[in-house]
Amino acid sequence: MSVMAPYQSEQRVRRDGFGQLLWAEWTKFRTVRGWVIGLLVAVLLIVGLGAFTGVNSQCSVADVTPQNPNPPIQACPSPPTGPGGEWVSDSFYFVRQPLAGDGSITVRLTSLTGLYSTHGGFGSPQNPTAGMTPGVQPWAKAGIIIKAGTRQGSAYAAMMVTGSHGVRMQWNFTHDVAGLAGKVSADSPRWLRLARSGDVITGYDSADGTHWTKVGTATLAGLPSTAQAGLFAASPGYSANSTSLGGASSTGGPALATGTYDRVSRLGTWPAGRWTGQAIQATRDNALPASAQGFTQAGDRFTVTGSGDIAPSTDSIDSVKHSLAGTFAGLIAVVVIGVMFITAEYRRGMIRTTLAASPRRGRVLAAKAVVLAVVVFAAGLVAAAVTIPLGEHLLRDSGNPIYPAGVLTMTRIVVGTAALLAISAVLGLAVGTVLRRSAGAVTVVIAGLVLPYLLAVTPGILPVGAEQWLVRVTPAAAFAVQQSVVQYHQVDTVYAAGTGYFPLAPWAGLAVLCAWTALALALAVFLLRRRDA
Amino acid sequence: MTDVVHAEWTKLRTLPGTGWLLLAAAALTAAVGAIAANAVTCPAGGCQLDPAKVSLTGIELGQVVVAIVAVTVVSGEYSTGMIRLTLAATPRRWRVLTAKAAVAGTVTLAAGAVAVLASVLAGSLLLARHGISPAHGYEALSLGDGPVLRAAAGSVLYLVLIALLSLGVAAVVRDSAVAIGVVLALLYLFPIISGAVTSPAWHRHLDQLSPMTAGLYIQATTNLRSLPLTPWQGLGVLAAWAAGAMLAGALLLRFRDA
Repeated sequence: MSVMAPYQSEQRVRRDGFGQLLWAEWTKFRTVRGWVIGLLVAVLLIVGLGAFTGVNSQCSVADVTPQNPNPPIQACPSPPTGPGGEWVSDSFYFVRQPLAGDGSITVRLTSLTGLYSTHGGFGSPQNPTAGMTPGVQPWAKAGIIIKAGTRQGSAYAAMMVTGSHGVRMQWNFTHDVAGLAGKVSADSPRWLRLARSGDVITGYDSADGTHWTKVGTATLAGLPSTAQAGLFAASPGYSANSTSLGGASSTGGPALATGTYDRVSRLGTWPAGRWTGQAIQATRDNALPASAQGFTQAGDRFTVTGSGDIAPSTDSIDSVKHSLAGTFAGLIAVVVIGVMFITAEYRRGMIRTTLAASPRRGRVLAAKAVVLAVVVFAAGLVAAAVTIPLGEHLLRDSGNPIYPAGVLTMTRIVVGTAALLAISAVLGLAVGTVLRRSAGAVTVVIAGLVLPYLLAVTPGILPVGAEQWLVRVTPAAAFAVQQSVVQYHQVDTVYAAGTGYFPLAPWAGLAVLCAWTALALALAVFLLRRRDA
Repeated sequence: MTDVVHAEWTKLRTLPGTGWLLLAAAALTAAVGAIAANAVTCPAGGCQLDPAKVSLTGIELGQVVVAIVAVTVVSGEYSTGMIRLTLAATPRRWRVLTAKAAVAGTVTLAAGAVAVLASVLAGSLLLARHGISPAHGYEALSLGDGPVLRAAAGSVLYLVLIALLSLGVAAVVRDSAVAIGVVLALLYLFPIISGAVTSPAWHRHLDQLSPMTAGLYIQATTNLRSLPLTPWQGLGVLAAWAAGAMLAGALLLRFRDA
């Protein structure tokens, strides 16, 4: 009688490691047809809705005049570009003469006054300031400037007094350094000096003309040897932002600033020997017409009146945000997948097999989270990397100027969007583990992510304060990672989620979502260990 | 038919979650409405403000809870296999769906009425405290006022239609997670895409097609001319979506194996 050898599996015995767990979860994911299809649907929705938005966002301008009632439609013009590649507004009144080589200019300012329009327009071409209200805007500016030329967007450095931000030195649109505080008046005048030495321009200020303080040093790369230098004045438009319901609504109109100068003195070579006045502006700038601007000279005493602003442009459409509108559709799809990745196990009773095979329950959830995050991140990366250039191309074809966001920002937005999708899916997994009910879990996550965003960006639902709070503390803060426009403290405008500005920095916003996800995961692990499956 | 409705009512009533969810729907609606009304700050010159709409802001959150209840009425049966028993007991399948719609619609109507009454009450008290009162030229928020009554009753109907839409979608896709995902996508994506599209014509089309945006026009009591549809037409858009979803659900239930 022969003895039968006991059965021995031919499978090699392998360690019960985390790798095996990952492999098991990956097998589960890729063999459920619905989830793979769902992921493809998410990618297609992101790309498709981005393309839809691009095609249907025509931007066109047409100048209707009595002579030409049906003008041809033209694409919207781009604002001028500054030395750093950013969009800028560069309109002001410039009293200038060429400065050859090194030199300096010193002035004393004794007053800064202004006029502003509250109703959006201005009087008439003959009398443009009719009906305007006296008052100086917080960032109205008058002072001295050295600029590469008269082209809008060319490099410059300037010392100025402002309406309510004291003396500032600003250069190349984005740089701003504070000098003496307080308002300028005949009793408390401000002395300003700009000195050029090669490419370096240094700004000084003084309250008495004898004791000088260095405010800042600007290096203007490639400044031509003969630059334009002189006096300038500009005032950004007046705007009254409604703090009530109505979100980002604002009313206002263009404004003027007038600076009064005396003791104008110059050092160096100034070949022209006389001053030329010129309004630097383009037709669509938010500024009064050139006829309202100008200067007067009596000896070394000047008044200069100008309108417009020398600053980064913030009234731009965030074209990247428009291209990525489909992120929300993709988000809903990946959250559904994330929730089902765990609730399907409960529904089918599979969870008992899973936990029997791997009794350390925390590691099961960790493996699921890793597999889900990696898969969704890869899909999101593909979707965002395709959508942004495609959307940009279609938006350009529809006549939209494209916001110059830069390669680093674009990379951050692509990677950030993929991370946003991946972390949201993991949040779905965690909430699904806690609730064990698909419908409830999907609703909690999507209502937590999308509803605050929707309430914050739709004008007329919530007051501005509540909007800001919503996109600061709820998971919706993570959409900050898709912001391509930049907020500048030296420009007053409506910085609200509805116009593309989030209160948190991009990665800080994503960190808020990570914190919520970590919290949900911790609770999920705790409950998974405590409860019977 | 009465028996079928009674059976559905028993199923819904005896689920432990139903009562809590409906209570949550009413409480969340009233709470968000109260927060929105309390957050109103209006400069002395006055602002463009629709008191009824502000008080009923909570419907935007309350509707998702109603959607959960309605989706679960159908998909819950599929996840447990109960649907086979239900259809064996009532082979005329459209009757099952009709009974489910009647039951889900009725409980939503009840919860919605409570939610809306509480919201309007809270809104009238809080808005008056923030200077939105007849003394400052605003209409008092009262259900005796025709447009306010339309907004209040319409909001209850809105919730009922959301329940029917969710029920229809759940009958089409049968899985709770996917069904609720589709419903939330239908509600939220239209306004987001409409906000991203800059072409005014498409902006208008998308708002007119959107079940949520158009449906909530019923809450407007001021500045009606600026809306692309009248309030009742707007609610009609949502009704069309709900009818379409229910029809698709009924047909698929009829011709598909459970």
